[in-house]
Amino acid sequence: MAEPRSTAKGTAAEAVALISNAARARTNGPSAPLRERLIEVGLRGCGLLSIFTTASIILVLAIETFAFFREVTLAQFLFDTQWTPLFVDKHFGIWPLVSGTVLTTGIAILVALPFGLLAAIYLSEFAGQGVRRLLKPALEMLAGIPTIVYGYFALVFMTPILQAVIPGLAGFNSLSAGMIMGIMVIPMISSLAEDALYAVPNSVREGAYALGATRLSTIFRVVVPAAVSGIAASVILAVSRAIGETMIVAIAAGQQPRLTLDPRVPVETMTAYIVQVSMGDTPTGTLEYRSIFVVGATLFVMTFTMNFVSQRLTRRYRSAV
Amino acid sequence: MKQIGRRRGVVIERLFVALCLGAVIVPLGLVLVLLGNVLSDAAQRLDWAFLTSFPSRKAALAGVYPAFVGTLYLGFITAGLALPLGVGAAIYLEEYERRGRLANLIELNIANLAGVPSVIYGLLGLGLFVRVAGMGRSLLSGAATLALLVLPIVIMASREALRTVPLSLREGSYALGATRWQTIRQVVLPMALPGILTGSILAVSRAVGETAPLIIVGALTYVTLLPDGLGSPFTALPIQIFNWVSRPQAEFLLNAAAGIVVLLGTMLALNTTAILLRNRYQKRTY
Amino acid sequence: MRIPTILTCLMTIAFLLAASCGGGGQEGGIIRIDGSSTVFPITEAVAEEFQKENPARVTIGVSGTGGGFKKFCSGETAITGASRPIKPTEIELCGGHGVDYIELPVAYDGIAVVVHPDNDWVDHLTVEELKVLWQPEAQTKVVRWSQVRQGWPDEEIHLFGPGVDSGTFDYFTKAIVGEEHASRGDFTSSEDDNVLVQGISTDGLALGFFGYAYYAENSGKLRLMPVDDGDEGNGAGPIAASPTTVADGTYQPLSRPIFIYVDKGAAERAEVQAFVDFYLRNATVLVEEVGYIALPKRAYDLVSERFTNRVTGSLFAGSGSKVGVTVEDLLGGT
Repeated sequence: MAEPRSTAKGTAAEAVALISNAARARTNGPSAPLRERLIEVGLRGCGLLSIFTTASIILVLAIETFAFFREVTLAQFLFDTQWTPLFVDKHFGIWPLVSGTVLTTGIAILVALPFGLLAAIYLSEFAGQGVRRLLKPALEMLAGIPTIVYGYFALVFMTPILQAVIPGLAGFNSLSAGMIMGIMVIPMISSLAEDALYAVPNSVREGAYALGATRLSTIFRVVVPAAVSGIAASVILAVSRAIGETMIVAIAAGQQPRLTLDPRVPVETMTAYIVQVSMGDTPTGTLEYRSIFVVGATLFVMTFTMNFVSQRLTRRYRSAV
Repeated sequence: MKQIGRRRGVVIERLFVALCLGAVIVPLGLVLVLLGNVLSDAAQRLDWAFLTSFPSRKAALAGVYPAFVGTLYLGFITAGLALPLGVGAAIYLEEYERRGRLANLIELNIANLAGVPSVIYGLLGLGLFVRVAGMGRSLLSGAATLALLVLPIVIMASREALRTVPLSLREGSYALGATRWQTIRQVVLPMALPGILTGSILAVSRAVGETAPLIIVGALTYVTLLPDGLGSPFTALPIQIFNWVSRPQAEFLLNAAAGIVVLLGTMLALNTTAILLRNRYQKRTY
Repeated sequence: MRIPTILTCLMTIAFLLAASCGGGGQEGGIIRIDGSSTVFPITEAVAEEFQKENPARVTIGVSGTGGGFKKFCSGETAITGASRPIKPTEIELCGGHGVDYIELPVAYDGIAVVVHPDNDWVDHLTVEELKVLWQPEAQTKVVRWSQVRQGWPDEEIHLFGPGVDSGTFDYFTKAIVGEEHASRGDFTSSEDDNVLVQGISTDGLALGFFGYAYYAENSGKLRLMPVDDGDEGNGAGPIAASPTTVADGTYQPLSRPIFIYVDKGAAERAEVQAFVDFYLRNATVLVEEVGYIALPKRAYDLVSERFTNRVTGSLFAGSGSKVGVTVEDLLGGT
């Protein structure tokens, strides 16, 4: 036991060196005990699991998709306007399912965008801190409600109300499902757009006020344009979410693939088709089984692209501001 | 002239603020009204018998017992699978490999996986667990699929929690001669645990509410048994609700409403536990 | 320290469950049933009543007749419901997997053709008109009511029907179009008849078909269409489906027997045997309760004998559906 006073400086210097070495060390070196290295390998394995998951998704989808395209030509898939893969008069055009998805998603965004954007503007520009702390989580709770509950709402409440208002509205239709889906994705737009608006520096606003602009013109001519990439990112993310939504459309939108833009008739979305066929538990290796993976692959490509674009836009507005 | 213009401007602005506030209140109010309707419908059916009965062709006798038990089992097993793996991955990313190509790749994957629709996870479960791994339409397949689904959430929440632990604590531990894993296990993790648990419980709550992947991986229409092992067939609350909603008889819609209340109640209980945990532990630190 | 406690708790639960895993549960006495949506209500009722007397572990899926056979022939299920007899391809499939099946007719069904209650222009349909509507050539061509019969409104027709895995679909196409599986593809198809009921009962322009029990259960929401088969011999003019007209054979061509198929190997298990015996013993009561038409008592006795003697093979000589047969004739011949 050395005298603390006389070797304090020495000990301190050693300690500093040790800490900086430890802090700098990224992984255990070859001299680290075996147990440490094993644990590190184990943890790395956990990290690699996410890569494994992505790879598995791509593999599972790709294998069945390629098998599908050995029997069906790509031209049939892309250019036919009917989807009747299981019937005598077989058609493999993806467009009826895509149109069902696009129709419901379009209606959803038509509902969610105005509400979400106005809500975001309110929370960012007008609401006080207390109100904001209350309303923002409340809106986010909307996104936390299970989609089966929304599906129930669509079928049991929305459709009868709409049928009273719109004569000739079929029981299964894309309008009802789309509107409920819109309510579900409002938080995606409101939260992310609000983040984008909030991130616009106050100096920009103050500059506009100094030039004599009213609050409204500041918002619409200065703040919103400044946040436009963040807002766009939120909308794209909402679209991606709506495209991937399953239960609301499976319960309320119908199971009839048809190429149409009429919101009053039964349609079928890509996701509903996947659920419909897998409920019947088709065995591996049949065209039926493969068709759900092809549709799934199409869905995956669409949502992946949108998520990617959305991330890029988010990064851009975050770095710009 | 300018006075009138300014007053009109103020009025327009006030109208606009009201409109914006409406944009917040209307959806919330609508959902509250709908939930209220569900509650009143459910009240007609929800009682102890409902919770302990098996499904039946007679709506008045049908209950959620196997579905509720199935959901609880699924929740536990999913947590048992997702927690260790997710926390492990988070530890790796935060403590071992903060920068570098591998870490970036893993992060990129996690971000993408968080945005993949749940149907795709269902297809993954079907292709990988049910078929290739031969686990069949069993509780384990369902839980494994859900675990993969919520893994990104667990990882992201755990990373946040780990980040809240100050670097000085780690440095102090190293200074005392501890190894990296000792530091993690005895210093970092205990401090980050509340955050990790909160995030994990929220993730499990999300898993419990998922329907589509479970339908693709395991759905059965009528189940009179409780799961007795990992390989057992199962049903779950969302699937049972879906079955009842699909039946055209109006009485079954009451069952569906009651099932929804049970599901939302379960999720609410989980979320409240998470928040209580977080609040309790937040008071303890410092 | 909380970590070890909580983590070990989770681990323990997970491992306890793993330990109790009973090899897929087959040996655990689970009676796995799948198959036709038409037969499902009967099987569900039987399972429910059976459970009151015996601690039963029954699961029932609704994959459709075709889907059910695929699982049955791979040995995944012990019993499968079918709304049409087993087909030659399925017999081969079963043979290939070494699965012996016992064919047991359990009820008669009349396929109900229904429209929305507000539909006031259709009074009946002929087999010819149904054929015009449903044959493959109609795909995207016959899309309005006015194309089916002169004088009907020029509105879209929304069609609902069982999907390709459904025995009802197979039988309907054979009886109406003349060839099994020959149908247009652009309609709302679902193996779950409940979905069809829901769709038709909320759509004024809808028309569809499914097993009679689903009409009986929802008669307030649907309007039944009499069908005219053009054959004076078995009842003149349009005949509406009903327990009487199906039982006495005047509702043609859409009356047919529906079956359960039992895996001979699985029948050796005590619980499966008990279940099937219970099924046949209580069929008369439960079939009627559900909305189908019970076989005559003598027929059920013959069917029970068939099961007790474990008679395998199909009464339909493997040729699939035959239009217009009675079960007693078939069984009497055995």
